[in-house]
Amino acid sequence: MTALSLNNLDISYGETQITHGISLDIAEGESFALVGESGSGKSTVLKAIAGLAPQWTGSITAFGQPRTHGIDQHFARHCQMVFQDPYGSLHPRKTIDAILSEPLAIHGIGNQNGRVEDMLVAVGLDRKFRFRYPHQLSGGQRQRVAIARALMLEPKLLLLDEPTSALDVSVQAEILNLLKRLRREQNLTFLMVTHNLPVVSFLCDRLAVMRHGRIVEIADVADLKRGALQETYSRELMDISVAHAG
Amino acid sequence: MSTPLLEIANLRVSFPTQKGMIDVVRGVSFTLGRERLGIVGESGSGKSMTGRAILKLIRAPGTIRADTFRFDGIDLLQQSERAMRRIRGARISMVMQDPKFSLNPVMTVGEQIAEALQTHQRLPRRETRQRVLTMLEAVRIDDPERVASLYPHEISGGMGQRVMIAMMLIPEPDLLIADEPTSALDVSVQAQVLDIIDEQVKRKGMGLIFISHDLNLVSSYCDRILVMNTGEIVEECQAGELRNAVHPYTRGLIAAIPRLDETREELPVLDRSAWVAQ
Repeated sequence: MTALSLNNLDISYGETQITHGISLDIAEGESFALVGESGSGKSTVLKAIAGLAPQWTGSITAFGQPRTHGIDQHFARHCQMVFQDPYGSLHPRKTIDAILSEPLAIHGIGNQNGRVEDMLVAVGLDRKFRFRYPHQLSGGQRQRVAIARALMLEPKLLLLDEPTSALDVSVQAEILNLLKRLRREQNLTFLMVTHNLPVVSFLCDRLAVMRHGRIVEIADVADLKRGALQETYSRELMDISVAHAG
Repeated sequence: MSTPLLEIANLRVSFPTQKGMIDVVRGVSFTLGRERLGIVGESGSGKSMTGRAILKLIRAPGTIRADTFRFDGIDLLQQSERAMRRIRGARISMVMQDPKFSLNPVMTVGEQIAEALQTHQRLPRRETRQRVLTMLEAVRIDDPERVASLYPHEISGGMGQRVMIAMMLIPEPDLLIADEPTSALDVSVQAQVLDIIDEQVKRKGMGLIFISHDLNLVSSYCDRILVMNTGEIVEECQAGELRNAVHPYTRGLIAAIPRLDETREELPVLDRSAWVAQ
């Protein structure tokens, strides 16, 4: 079954059109990456899917259900987002408990206490963090909270916007392992935006390379590992990555 | 090489807390010639504090102590604030992490770069302007006339960081400290910015201290690397020798980085007890 299907998606901010005819099909259980440099429109695609960039034409379909342009409770149940910056994406004056309970309250789901406890265990956070505030946590712990918040509604599709680029390499490894484990345990589908190709290689099955708001190439990660991307631009991105690995 | 540019022995930076003084840098010693030195470590390892201490930018109640703390023969600990201001920028300068927060939003780029120069040298207006434009060109900004008249919000992150570098290099310092100069930029721009720093450092024969958490990046742009953990230097090696690092912390950091041809099912995570016990 197709988890997410984008068809001819054009997204605009005011007068400026950001993406041009994005079409993608992501199978259920797949982990898909959007890569490209800043300004290529990759994050905008995620925002449109999450409902944060409502000015789009074309279609967004998740699990057979088309997405509306407004706030879509039903859609939110299936699809949640983890943001790039764990320092900016958690409410500074709410405890971790309040942050994790809020989606449950909005959707009228019971057993909040038990669900919050279970989720803390699932993302590897000690129980003592439950009644702390975000500023009392490190970057890696905050990103765990952000992932927990996204998973509270038991969505099937997770949108990840550069989930580890604000973290140190050692903490990045922990978060990547966590994402990989959660995906396996809960049979999640990932759509991840990143500019870090080695992360794609570790976590994803397929990738799409974006440039100037268009998809340049869609390839299997196996091709990325073998260095066999077709398009010139994709190869440039790959070369930069290789050069950096020293 | 006669005297090294920077000599530091047993540097300690401490902050008072409710539980007494906490040393965030604990007895760091190194010397630096006109070379490129990388300092690597996680957040909280004290690498940035070491960089800031060199400019004496640790605010009270934080304190700096050291047995030796000399820059080009000057004992930095003995210098007054006034004397330090003559050293900062002119002789040692620092490129900060994020151009968005480090540039003045209400001054044009050109004015800001000119200010960096005028603080240390008196020059006729026309010459100042000429130097600013030449500097912008040196950091590979295509249309320096136009960019000089723009405000920081009108330029991209990569361009902002190049402007910062221009600003730091225009007084022609002897030592440049770059604290995570590219972590706010994406990979393709990162390489460009580092190449510019590298080119300028080589051309002017400056010393460079490059602080970053990215081991690969540091090893490809530096000659020598210090690895820091909990305020101490745990390993020192030539950049090319990084693969043969012996300390478990360094090895852990290297192993935690995913590779382009990744085949591991799980990434190894740092086991912090491994070296604390030693």
